[in-house]
Amino acid sequence: MIHRSLSSRLVSIGAYLAFLLAAGLLLSSCRNSNNGATPIASTAATVNLSGAGATFPYPLYSKWFDTYNQAHSDIRINYQSIGSGGGIKQLMAGTVDFGASDAPLSNDEVKQMPAKVVHLPMVAGAVALAYNLPGVENDLHLTPEVIAGMFLGTITKWNDQQITALNPKIKLPATNVTIAHRSDGSGTSYIFTNYLAAISSEWKTKVGAGKSVNWPVGIGGKGNEGVAGVLKQTPGSIGYVELAYATQNKLTYASIRNKAGQFVAPSIPSTTAAAASAVEPMKKDVRVSIVNSAGKDAYPIAGFTYILLYQDQKDATKGQALATFLTWAIHEGQQYAEPLMYAPLPSAVVTLDEQALKTITLNGKPIP
Amino acid sequence: MASIARSPRSLSRQGIWGSNFIDRIFRSSTLLLALSIPVLMIALLVILSVMSAPSIHYSGWRFLTASIWDAVHSHYGILFAIYGTLVSSLLALLFAIPISLGAAICLSELAPRWLRNPVSFLIELLAAVPSIVYGLWGIFVLVPFLRVVETWLGERLGYIPLFQGSVTGYGMLTAGMILAIMILPYITSVSREVLTAVPSEQREAAYALGATRWEALRGPVLRYARSGIMGAIILGLGRALGETMAVTMVIGNRAEISSSLFSPGYTLPSLLANEFVEASDHLQTASLVEAALILVVITLIINSIARLMIWKAVKAGQTEARA
Repeated sequence: MIHRSLSSRLVSIGAYLAFLLAAGLLLSSCRNSNNGATPIASTAATVNLSGAGATFPYPLYSKWFDTYNQAHSDIRINYQSIGSGGGIKQLMAGTVDFGASDAPLSNDEVKQMPAKVVHLPMVAGAVALAYNLPGVENDLHLTPEVIAGMFLGTITKWNDQQITALNPKIKLPATNVTIAHRSDGSGTSYIFTNYLAAISSEWKTKVGAGKSVNWPVGIGGKGNEGVAGVLKQTPGSIGYVELAYATQNKLTYASIRNKAGQFVAPSIPSTTAAAASAVEPMKKDVRVSIVNSAGKDAYPIAGFTYILLYQDQKDATKGQALATFLTWAIHEGQQYAEPLMYAPLPSAVVTLDEQALKTITLNGKPIP
Repeated sequence: MASIARSPRSLSRQGIWGSNFIDRIFRSSTLLLALSIPVLMIALLVILSVMSAPSIHYSGWRFLTASIWDAVHSHYGILFAIYGTLVSSLLALLFAIPISLGAAICLSELAPRWLRNPVSFLIELLAAVPSIVYGLWGIFVLVPFLRVVETWLGERLGYIPLFQGSVTGYGMLTAGMILAIMILPYITSVSREVLTAVPSEQREAAYALGATRWEALRGPVLRYARSGIMGAIILGLGRALGETMAVTMVIGNRAEISSSLFSPGYTLPSLLANEFVEASDHLQTASLVEAALILVVITLIINSIARLMIWKAVKAGQTEARA
C-alpha cells in the first residue's frame, strides 16, 4: 500500500468522496419523500406551528396536537417540553410561535419581551401535600399555619400539639418531620410557594415565592419523581407533588383547610372550583395567582398552566391557524383534560380566554 | 510511513515536511485535529466567561465566599457547592482507592490466571452502567441501607461531629459511596494495566534478593507503577468531580455546608442540572454559567496538580532507575 502512486491515491479519495455525496443525497431525498412537506416553511397546503415550554401539561398538549391534526390535517404543531424557562426564552428569541409556562411572566419578563404577550390559561392543576406516615392513611387534616410551620422548620415532630389538635382520631408518631421539596426550578414550586407566601407573612418576607427558592429546611428531590422517591423512602416525610403524580403513584395526601374554613382534598372538581372562584381578580390581570381561593369547595393550592403568544402575529397564516387551534383547545380540547388528570377550565375562565383571543391581530388587522 | 521506511537519512535532510504530497496533507490534517481540542477548551472558557459577565459584575468575590442560593432575592454564593463537590469526590476516593488498588493488585499478581479476565471484565462492566441507573439504585437500595447504618453510627459515635445530625439517608455519605462505586472500574482497570506492564525483571530481581511476595510488590513493582497508578486515581477523581445525575438523586440538594456526613449537601454539577432548565431570570442564568466556569477551573487546577505529581513521580522513577 505504501507504494501506490499519487494518481491512484487521488482516484480512491475521489471515489470515497463521491460515495459520501451519493449517500447524503439518497438520505436527504428519503426524508423529503416521507414528509411530503419541508419541515420549516409553511406552504399554502400545510401550516407548521412550533411551541416550547412547560413539561407539566405536555401529556395533554401532545394529545391535543395529535387529535387536532387528525381533524385538520393541514395544521401541524410541534412542541418541545424543555421547561417553562426555556419556553419563555424561545418565545423572547422568536424561535417558536407560542410558549408554554406554568408560571406567568413576571413584570420584569414582560418588560424584556420585544412585544406585547397574551397569557391564555389552558388547564388547571392542583398541588397535593403527600406524606409518608406508616399506619396513617388518607385524610390527614392540615391547616395553612401548620404547613407553613413545617416548611419553615418551626414544627419538627409529627406529634406536635398543633398537628394532633387537628387530627384527634389519628395516632401520630413522635417521628421527625422531614420536608421534601423540589431541587429544580418548577411551576409546581411556583404554585406552592405562592400559597405559602399568601398564607404566611413570615414565609413571604423570609423566603418569597418563585420557581426556585431558598428552602429553609428539607431534602431536595429532582422533579416530581425525585420528591416522590424521597417520600416513598423516608418515613415521616411530607412534600408537595402534582396531583396527577400523587394519584398515579398511590401516595397518601392531606386535606387542607381552605379560606372558607372547609377541609378540602385535592381533586379535579375542587381544582376547577378554585379556578372558578378566582375569576374576578383575573379579569384585571389574568396572571393573578389562584391559590388560597375563596370558594367553599375550592382546593387552596392550585394554579393554571399558560400558553403565551404575541398579541400581534407577524405571519398571518400561522397567526390564524394558532388562534383557531387555541379556540378549539379551550372548548373541545377541555374534554381530554380530565382523563389525563388535569382540571378543565371553568366556563368563566373560558370566556376570559375568548376575549383575549379576540385581541389577537394579524399584522395589525384583527382576525376575520 | 513511506518516507521512514525508505530512508531515515532523507527524512533528516528534508525536515518534517517530507516531499511526498500525501504525507504533507496527512501531517497537517492530523495536526489540525490535534490542535482542535485545546482550541475547543479555550473557546469553552471564553464563552463561559462572556456569558457569566453580568454575574461576575453583580456578585464579585461574594460569589466564591458566600454560601447561599436565593433566586427570589438575587443572592448567589456557591461556597456550599464547591465544598460539596470537593468533599464528595474526596470521600469517593477514600472509599475507592483501597478497593481499586486491592483489586488491581489481586488481578495482576495474586489471582489464578483463569479468574483474571472474567473478573476484570465484570469490573469494567460497572463503567457501562448509566449514571441515572446508579441514581435510581441509590434511591431504592443504598439510601434505606445507609439510613440504618447511619442511625447505628449516630447512636454509637454521636460525639464526633462527622456523625451528628438527623438521619434521612440522603446526604454526603451516600453521595460519596455512589461516586466510589462509579469510579472503581476506572481506577481498577488502569491500575491493573499498569501493574501488568511492570517488566518481570523487576519482580525477578526482587525475588532473587530474597524478597517475599509482599515485599516484591511494595518495593520495585509499586514504585515502578507509581505514576501510572496516580494517573488512574486522577482519572477516577475527574469522573467524580463531574458526575451529575447519580449525585443529584442521593445528595439531598441542600444549599448549606455542614460538618456531618449525614446531612444533605449540594455539588456544582447538581446545582447546574437542577436550576438551568427553568432559569428565566438573566441574573440567575449568568450566575449558573459562572458556577459552570468555576467548576471547569477547579477541574483544570486539580488536573494540573495531578499532572505535576505524576511528572515528579516519573522523574523520581527515572533517577532511581539510573541509580
